[in-house]
Amino acid sequence: MSERAAPVTHHEAQDSESTDADSSPDAELETDATPVTTGAESVVRALENAGVEYAFGVQGGAIMPVYHVLYGSEITHVTMAHEQGAAHAADAYGIVAGEPGVCLATSGPGATNLVTGIADADMDSDPMLALTGQVPTEFVGNDAFQETDTTGVTKPVTKDNTFSTDADAVGDDVGEAFALAGTGRPGPTLVDLPKDVTNGETDREPSEPRTPDTYEVQEAADPEIVRAAARRIEEAKKPVMLVGGGVIKGDATEEVREFAIEHEIPVVTTMPGLGAFPEDHELSMEMAGMHGTGYANMAITHCDTLIGVGTRFDDRLTGGIETFAPEAEVIHVDIDPAEISKNIHAEYPLVGDAATVVSQLAEEVDSSPQATKWRAQCQQWKSDYSMAYEAPEDEPVKPQFVVEAIDEATSDRAIVTTGVGQHQMWACQYWTFTEPRTWVSSHGLGAMGYGLPAAIGARLAADDDQEVICFDGDGSFLMTIQELAVAVRENMDITVAVLNNEYIGMVRQWQDAFFEGRHAASEYGWCPEFDKLAEAFGARGFRIDDYDDVAETIEAALAYDGPSVIDVHIDPREDVYPMVPSGGDNGQFALTEDQL
Amino acid sequence: MTGELEGPAPEERPTPEGKRNSQGIRVDPEVEAEHEPRRTVISALVEHEPGVLSDVSGLFSRRQFNIESLTVGPTEDEERARMTIVVEEPDPGIEQVEKQLRKLVPVISVRELPSDAMRRELALIKVNATRPDQVAAVADMYGAKSVDASPETATVEITGSRQKIDAAIESFSQFGIREISRTGPTALARGTEDTAAGAPAAEQTSRQQPTQTQTTSDDD
Repeated sequence: MSERAAPVTHHEAQDSESTDADSSPDAELETDATPVTTGAESVVRALENAGVEYAFGVQGGAIMPVYHVLYGSEITHVTMAHEQGAAHAADAYGIVAGEPGVCLATSGPGATNLVTGIADADMDSDPMLALTGQVPTEFVGNDAFQETDTTGVTKPVTKDNTFSTDADAVGDDVGEAFALAGTGRPGPTLVDLPKDVTNGETDREPSEPRTPDTYEVQEAADPEIVRAAARRIEEAKKPVMLVGGGVIKGDATEEVREFAIEHEIPVVTTMPGLGAFPEDHELSMEMAGMHGTGYANMAITHCDTLIGVGTRFDDRLTGGIETFAPEAEVIHVDIDPAEISKNIHAEYPLVGDAATVVSQLAEEVDSSPQATKWRAQCQQWKSDYSMAYEAPEDEPVKPQFVVEAIDEATSDRAIVTTGVGQHQMWACQYWTFTEPRTWVSSHGLGAMGYGLPAAIGARLAADDDQEVICFDGDGSFLMTIQELAVAVRENMDITVAVLNNEYIGMVRQWQDAFFEGRHAASEYGWCPEFDKLAEAFGARGFRIDDYDDVAETIEAALAYDGPSVIDVHIDPREDVYPMVPSGGDNGQFALTEDQL
Repeated sequence: MTGELEGPAPEERPTPEGKRNSQGIRVDPEVEAEHEPRRTVISALVEHEPGVLSDVSGLFSRRQFNIESLTVGPTEDEERARMTIVVEEPDPGIEQVEKQLRKLVPVISVRELPSDAMRRELALIKVNATRPDQVAAVADMYGAKSVDASPETATVEITGSRQKIDAAIESFSQFGIREISRTGPTALARGTEDTAAGAPAAEQTSRQQPTQTQTTSDDD
C-alpha cells in the first residue's frame, strides 16, 4: 500500500547487545535482539515471534509498560480513536490477512470499550488477540482506579482468556493466546496484563507461540462417514452446497470450488461465505437467508442433499428450523464438533478442517449426481426471482445502483467492508463477490459502526493494488465516525460510501412491516452533512444527490489517494427485499412489503 | 415501498413435504422422535487452575443448560481437578453440554457416565434434638453419623445416592429439620474403566446420539 504513512512507532537501535542470545546453546529462538528484562518486553517479544506486523490500540495507564516496549519494536502500532475501533480494525485485519489481528487497550474503560469488537470476532470466528492492561496484582479486587474484572467480563465472548500473573510466563501466555486465536476454529483470545507483571523483572525469553496441550483439533473426518456421505452425494437428485465463512477462514476455497464445479452442484453461500465461490459463475445461487436471493432460498428449501461446509446454521440463515431444507439429508462439515447437530441435525457429520474434509469427499465421490433437471430448475428460479430493481431518473438515487456502480468501477479484488443495516444487505445482494477475503462485515453480532474501523484494519492487511470500499449507513457511520481521524493521520486510501437515508433504515423497514409504521426513534432528521464532516477531519468529501453525479463522483473518490467519503443521498423509502420474516419459511420469502 | 422484484408470490410456490421439528431434527411421521429430558451425570477432568469453575458455570448459564448440581475437587494429579455435573436435558441437550464443555481450553476430557457408575452425595442434616434416641435410631437406619450435638440440635452426616439422602431427609423431617446442606453427587466409573480419560477431546466426538435412557441406578 503505497499510500500508507510511515510507521508511527520509532525504531530504536537494538543491535548493541545482541550476542547473548546468539551464543547461548539453550536459546530456543535465533534472535539478535537484546534479552528481555521485563514482562512487557516478553509480551512484545512474543508478538514479534508470532510475526505480528500491526497492532491497533489506545494508550493508557495500565498498558503503558507494554507501549513503552512497543515504541522500540518493529511492530507498527496504529493509534485508534476509540478501543472499539481498535478491536474492529484488528478483527478486519484478521479476516483479510488470515492471521490473528492484535489490539491493545488499557484496563477498565479501555478494556470494556474493546468488548463489542471482541464479541463481534467471537460470533464470526475471526482470529484476534486482545491485550489489556490491568491494575497491579495487589490492587486487583479492590475496585482500584480503572479496574475491571476483564477476564470475567470477556469470558463469554472469547475463545479463551488468561489473567497473567507471572513476569516469567507472561510472554508464553501471549504466544499461546495468539496461537489459539488462529488455530482450529478461529476466535478472539485475550490476555489481561497486570501492571506489576509487565513491569516485573524476568530474563526468560518467551517460547514460540503454541497452543496448549489440552487443545486438539481434528483435521480429517471419519473416513467411514465420508464414504457414506459420498454415496449420498452420488445418489442426490437435488444437491446444494451451502458454503459458509469457515470455508474462507479454513482456506478451503479452492477445494470447494473444484468440488462443486467438477460435480456441477449448485452453490449457495451464507453471508460470511460471500466470496468463497464466484458469484458470476453459473452454479452460484448467491446468498441465502433472511435477505438472501429468492433463488438461493428456493434451492435450499427444495434440495434433497445439503452439503454444508463451514457454516453454523445461524437463525438469520435458516429462518424457522422446521422449514429449513425440510427434504434434505444434511452433510455437515465443520471443524468444531459442537456445531454438529446444534441447530440442524446432520445425518452425515464430518468433523474436520474444511479443506481436508472436502478433499476427502472429492476423493471418495466416484460419480457426479444426476441432477440436470435440478440445475435447470435452479436456473429457472434465477430468472423467476432475478434481483432487478427500478431506477427512474427523476427519483432519488437507488442504493442498489450505487453499489453496482462502485463494483463496476473497481477490480474483482477490491475489499468491501460495511456497517450494519440496510446498506449492508444491499452490499451483499448487489456486489458481485468473486474472491475470498474481500468481504468484511459484522455478521453474527450485527455491530453498527463496524465499517469504518474495519476498513482501516482491512487496508493494512490488503495488497497495495486492492481498493478498500466501505459501505456505511448514516446511523452506522455516526457510531464510529471518529476513526476518520485515524484514516487521515495514517493517510489510508479508503473510500466510504454512506448510503444516507436519514433513518436507521432497517429498523424503519421493520417498523413499517411489523410496528404499524410508527417510526419510533428511527428517523434521523438531524443528520450531519457527511461530506463536510469528512473535510473537517481532513478527508475528501463528496456528495451524490442524483444519477448524474454518480459515475463522476465515484471516479473522483476512488482516484483520491487518501480517505474519501461520499455522502450518497438515497431514496429514503427504499427497502431491502427479498425478505424472510424472522423465524419464517425460507421458501416463502417476501418480494414486497405486501407479501410479508 | 418499492418492491419491484418479480417472481411467483409465496402462496403460488410449491411447498416441500418433509418437516423438521423445533430441534432441527427430521420428523419421521411414523416414528416421531420424542426427546424427553433425562437426568445424567457428566464427569469432566479439568486443569486445576483458578477460573475453571466460573468457565464451566458461565457456560451452563449462558447456554441455558439445566444444571442440577456441580461438584468439584482435586484429583490424584495435583494439576487436575474433577467436576461432576448432573444435568437434566433431552438427549440433544446432553450432547451439546458435552461438546460445549470440550471446547473450553482448560477442559481435558468430558464423558457422560454410564448408569452403573458409582455416585455419592454428602449431606449434613441438622434437626431438633427433642428426641435424641429416635434421631440416633433413624441415623443408624441410613448409616448416618452424628457429627454435632447440642441441647437443642443434632447434626448428622450421611453419604449415599441422591435417593437415599432424599429418603433420609424425609425420615428426619419428623424431628423438625432446622437446616440442610448437600454437596450434590460426585461420581466415578466402576472397575478398571476410566471415568474421564485423558484422551484428546476431538477423538471423543461421537456420531451417535447417546442411546442410554436409564436415568438412575442406585448403588446402595
